[in-house]
Formats: sequence, structure tokens, C-alpha cells
Amino acid sequence: MKEMSRIVRTVTNFVYGFIIIFGFYIIVHGHLTPGGGFQGGAVVGSAFALLLVSYGSLNSKKFLKKDIFSLFENFGLILFIVLGFSGLGITFFYNFLANSGGWFGNTAVIGVNPGNMNTGGVIPLMNIAVGLEVLSAFGVIVLTMASAAEFTKKKENS
Amino acid sequence: MSSFVEIIHISTLVMMIIASFLAVVFKKLLPSIVALSVASLLLSLEFYLLHAPDVAIAEAAIGAGLTMAIFIFAIRGTR
Repeated sequence: MKEMSRIVRTVTNFVYGFIIIFGFYIIVHGHLTPGGGFQGGAVVGSAFALLLVSYGSLNSKKFLKKDIFSLFENFGLILFIVLGFSGLGITFFYNFLANSGGWFGNTAVIGVNPGNMNTGGVIPLMNIAVGLEVLSAFGVIVLTMASAAEFTKKKENS
Repeated sequence: MSSFVEIIHISTLVMMIIASFLAVVFKKLLPSIVALSVASLLLSLEFYLLHAPDVAIAEAAIGAGLTMAIFIFAIRGTR
């Protein structure tokens, strides 16, 4: 697939880093503000789609690799299910880190407050796991669609 | 105050209908896809006005970003 014009590529070079950082912000602040793992992962995936549309699928094979996305997807799913089984001493998906004083273990303040990042127990870790899974899954979907369009065009021209 | 919010709701919905109509009317394929994406973006604004920011973020990322990219791949595969 060809790359798009120089205007599109220059705007992409300015913008895509900010989109990726905004997506990770939505993922990490999932237990305080609107959004969470799925929404932040979808934002990062749309940044990958923007890169792939503007640079073409042949040029972007250098920095978007399907194997690395698949590896991150498996890692996110394994992290989620390990966190689910870790609280199995009481129940499945038990929030064993909340109010413990350790990682994400502070007690949440009741009332109007700016929000403490260090609360929520196991929920921020699960948001990170879901975000990792969703962003790499969208990357795999977009890469597969681009290579399938290329393959179809080559088959119809021959 | 309430009438102001209602005016924004109605204008958003009217612009959504215009964008969807343009997506059907356009002869070239790339402007049609852009008009469909604008309709989806206005739908996400409407979700935000109805106090559902979670759904608004998901709609803006998936409806306006990813489906547009997949449609662009599809129309590039045809020529």
C-alpha cells in the first residue's frame, strides 16, 4: 500500500506521540477518572491505525511488528488471569491489595477530593492488564486488515 | 440554562443527520468515509452531553478512529 501525502505524514509525526501518551493516561487513571483499560487501549490502537494509514503498510513494517503485539496480548491476558486467581484464598477476583498499605493500598478518602492515585487495590493493575491486551489486539487487527487488503489487491491484479 | 442545553442537543443531532446524509450522497469514496466519521464523532459528543463519558471515549476511539482506518484499507484494496 502506498503512503499518503507529505502533509498527512508531517501532521502524523507531530500528533501520534501525544495520542499514545493520552491513551496511557486514560489507562493508568482508570480508577479515578472516566475511562479505563478498554477505552485507553482503543485510543492507543487508533494512534497505531493513524500511523499505518499515513505511512502505508510496507513502510510501517519496520516499527509495527505483529509478533511483538501478539506477545504483549498474551502477557496482558496472563497478567489479568493471574491477578484474578491471586485472591483465591477468599474468593475469585478478591481485592487483596486494597487498604493493605502496600502497592495501591491507601484508604480512599470519602467526599470531594482531587483523588489519590495510590488507592484501588488490584483495580489499577487490572486496568493496565486490560489496556495492554486491548491495544495490542487492535494493533493486530489493523495490521491484519492492511496486509489482507494488500494480498487481495495483488491476487486480483495477477 | 436548560434551554441552552436543549439547543446544543438539537443542533448536534441535526448536524449528525446532515453528516449521515452527506455520507450517502457523496460520489467519491474517501469524502463519504470522512462524513461517516464526522457523524460518529458527533454521536460521541452527544454521549458526552448525556453524561456518559465512558461511552463517549470508546465511541470516539472506535467509531471515529478504527472503523475509518479499516474502511480506508478496504477502499485502497479496490484500486
